[in-house]
Amino acid sequence: MTRVAATIAAQDGRAISPAAAASDCPLTLQGITVSYGEKPAVFSVDAAFPANAMTAIIGPNGAGKSTMLKAALGVIPRLSGEVSVFGVPIEQARDRIAYVPQRASVDWDFPTTVIDVVQMGLYRKVGLIGRLSGAMTAQAKECLDRVGMADFAHRQIGQLSGGQQQRVFLARALAQDADLYLLDEPFAGVDAATERAIIDVLKLLKSNGKAVVAVHHDLSTVRDYFDHVFLINVRRVAEGPVETTFTTENLNATYGGRLGATHMAELEGVAS
Amino acid sequence: MNSFLDALLLNAGYNAALVAIGAGLLGFAAGSSGTFLFLRKRALVSDATAHATLPGVGIAFIIMVSMGYDGRNLIGLLLGSAVTAAIGLVIIEWIARRTRLAEDAAIGAVLGTFFGLGIVLLTIIQTMSSGRQAGLEGFLLGSTAGMLFQDAVVIAIGGSLAVFATWLMRRPMTLVAFDAEYAAAMGYNVRRIDLLMMGLVMAVTVIGLKLVGLILIVAMLIIPPVTARFWTDRSGRVVWIAGVVGGASGYMGAALSASASAMPTGPIIVLMAAAIFLFSLIFAPVRGVAAAVIRHHRFQRRVHRRQGLLSLSREEPIREKFTLRLLERDGLIRPDGVPTDKGRAQAAKVSRDERRWDVAREVHQDAGLTGRYDGLTPIEEVFTSDEIQEFDRRLGPPVAVGGLA
Amino acid sequence: MGADFVQFSLVPILIGIFASVACALPGNFLILRRQALIGDAISHVVLPGIIVAFLITGTVAAIPMMLGAAGAAVVAVVLIEAVKRLGGIEPGAAMGVIFTTLFAGGVLLLEQSDTSKVHLDVEHALMGNLESLIWFRTTGWESVLDPVALASIPHELPRMAAVCVLIIALVLTFWRWLKIATFDEGFAQALGIPAGALGFGLVITAAVAAVAAFDAVGSIIVIAMFICPPAAARLMTNQLATQVWWSVGFAILSAVLGYVFAGYGPLWFGSQNAVSAAGMIATVSGIILGLACLYGPHRSRVGVGREETA
Repeated sequence: MTRVAATIAAQDGRAISPAAAASDCPLTLQGITVSYGEKPAVFSVDAAFPANAMTAIIGPNGAGKSTMLKAALGVIPRLSGEVSVFGVPIEQARDRIAYVPQRASVDWDFPTTVIDVVQMGLYRKVGLIGRLSGAMTAQAKECLDRVGMADFAHRQIGQLSGGQQQRVFLARALAQDADLYLLDEPFAGVDAATERAIIDVLKLLKSNGKAVVAVHHDLSTVRDYFDHVFLINVRRVAEGPVETTFTTENLNATYGGRLGATHMAELEGVAS
Repeated sequence: MNSFLDALLLNAGYNAALVAIGAGLLGFAAGSSGTFLFLRKRALVSDATAHATLPGVGIAFIIMVSMGYDGRNLIGLLLGSAVTAAIGLVIIEWIARRTRLAEDAAIGAVLGTFFGLGIVLLTIIQTMSSGRQAGLEGFLLGSTAGMLFQDAVVIAIGGSLAVFATWLMRRPMTLVAFDAEYAAAMGYNVRRIDLLMMGLVMAVTVIGLKLVGLILIVAMLIIPPVTARFWTDRSGRVVWIAGVVGGASGYMGAALSASASAMPTGPIIVLMAAAIFLFSLIFAPVRGVAAAVIRHHRFQRRVHRRQGLLSLSREEPIREKFTLRLLERDGLIRPDGVPTDKGRAQAAKVSRDERRWDVAREVHQDAGLTGRYDGLTPIEEVFTSDEIQEFDRRLGPPVAVGGLA
Repeated sequence: MGADFVQFSLVPILIGIFASVACALPGNFLILRRQALIGDAISHVVLPGIIVAFLITGTVAAIPMMLGAAGAAVVAVVLIEAVKRLGGIEPGAAMGVIFTTLFAGGVLLLEQSDTSKVHLDVEHALMGNLESLIWFRTTGWESVLDPVALASIPHELPRMAAVCVLIIALVLTFWRWLKIATFDEGFAQALGIPAGALGFGLVITAAVAAVAAFDAVGSIIVIAMFICPPAAARLMTNQLATQVWWSVGFAILSAVLGYVFAGYGPLWFGSQNAVSAAGMIATVSGIILGLACLYGPHRSRVGVGREETA
């Protein structure tokens, strides 16, 4: 009986290793389904994002990358599935998660300044009416400094460039001082300098033992930036270390031939 | 009831018949021209337009009286209301374009300010010697009681003209409402058509003032298009259905109002339209709530059943209670969670389809086909039976789930 | 500024100020959330609410009427949300359907019921009766400290003041939540802040302000105060806290100037009769907004067009 089951599981290539589901896993998803109307955007996805690693969530447009992340956080409702963070339900672990939404998801004409936005990352800590202490303000400033935006603290957010906006969002996540960082398209539409600044910060987080999970769409940088990948196209396609999982075969299965031959050759070039 | 029938059949007097016909025509024009606003997602612009007519009514009255005419001349009052409504529209557009304020704030600001100014003017008129019986309050809620014959004629003619203008403008307006960029690419002047659209809405508002009042004329511009949207996805049809809904509520509402006392015309017309809306909201075949609820539940059960069977096929524990209840109810698992024979058979089928999909995605690496691998689409829907046979040939003989070969 | 002022003008001006501030405060957030017209919808459904309350209780007492109006506001908000979600209708149109229908129902009920005996009519609900709130037993400024005279002060004043204080307290308490959920709802939810409930609470708070204000000042002022002072304030600053202060200032200015113009303006033109104070307050608030649109230091968008230029 177990043998047959194991066979099926192996054929599916979908079994979750027991270690991955262990209680210290930063983020575990089980059977997450989200649908817009009658069409599943994400179907029955299982995932286990490892600690001490940077994971890229990869898939074509409309494959449910951001949807999965938002559903995991409870930002959008899911039809089914369970989420656990460091082995406990997400509600008990909100303090350990930092989130960077898509830059385009907010109104940048909102009347507020850069430092104000970064301090929003401290709101869980200070509560509704607790005073923001001097130490906390200093902490927010320090987070801005880490993304190279210290001089912009009192700038109106509407005056920032796209890359600067993204850095502010990252600084806000840093202010949350979490163990798990979830980023939705952090490199979308940012300049090269910002991309480097962001990746440096993220790599530093990883080396400090944090888990970083980012929705990512630039296949050419995956090998440089990440050490773990999660391939998705509505359903989970593959998950694992970049060396073994970020393969032509898996990419073809994910993108369904949508990647042109030249693009693939380019990727092969990066790989070698 | 008889008097209602009389009114419906236009036997309730010359005035009442004219008003009913005018209300029907106006309702048709309001419903169809409101559709363009609704499709442009600017439905509440009409609310501001309507409220912005009030100061115009007041100013027109004051001017007419000071020039020695009868201040109650309907055409004069309507002209005045059109002028301030147009000014209100221009201000909304200007605020939304030139300042950082969004259109909804601009609408609300114009609405509140113009209405406030209108009320100020009304209180001034009340204190004017000739204004005591001005009856301008009738413009707030509409009143057909004591309506002059010539007022009824104005409404009937105005309604006909509005319908004619809508018919004339239907093609460019539909195009702009549906896809403004495409219309621009085809060489239409979108801005001018937008202005015409607003002009038509303004005309309908002004004509409807005396009939339903400025607060409720908005309903005639919004409710019919929203109602029509439930019955069709085609913008061309929305226009006509909205027109029919508006026309029917206008005609029946005016008739009902004429046939009984304490039945104010405006509210009755609006409630007629609202009743049709409510019916559509619930019972419309595809977009209605009843259909949607049934569909959603069916879909949710489908997702959970499928996920449950996938878990069974992989011998993974099922954690979600809803999935467990569903599988148990369908006789796929026993109360203790162990799959029944039926459950095993279906899990085997699910597992087989999954493996067929694996092969299919290897064989057909084109997006159109494998993009449908979303967990719910049956493989038989995507591939022909001989293609599936080929997958099966590569897979080898079926494997049972749960040890029963 | 003598006894006449205290007797005839002090109470209406104070009520006007409290009502304007109570509406302007939630208005700041409604505008930033692109929900400015919720205030419009709420102010329309107040009328059916009070009529139903009157038909049920048979009295024109303040408390049942306010409960009726608040109930109608909640019903309207829930219905709008239902039409929006269930029917997949855009928010503006959903509002338009619901508030006009409820308003029509209210007018019909009013016509059908015999309310001629009581002081309950559409115009009152629209225009309020700010001018009639006279403090009869006052003898001048010294009455402000006289308990006997204070006991006869129009009851609208303490009620409006209490609601205003309540709304100030709510805004202060939930300031951080409101700010973050308005700016970035997804992030707020990820922090575990109940953003949905907060949004509903904001609308209910706006409804409470509208209901308390309508009795004294009518619906027009409510619509204008929800939008004009906060909108003008938005054009004065780029800081949320500063914006809220500006909006409070504009609301107070509108109330005072509006009342003064309505009461004394006609005298300057040689007329004996005052005009509607509520209408004038709304007009003044609109003029302030117009000036802010023309000259406000932060009137134009700055973020636009700089998306990809780094």
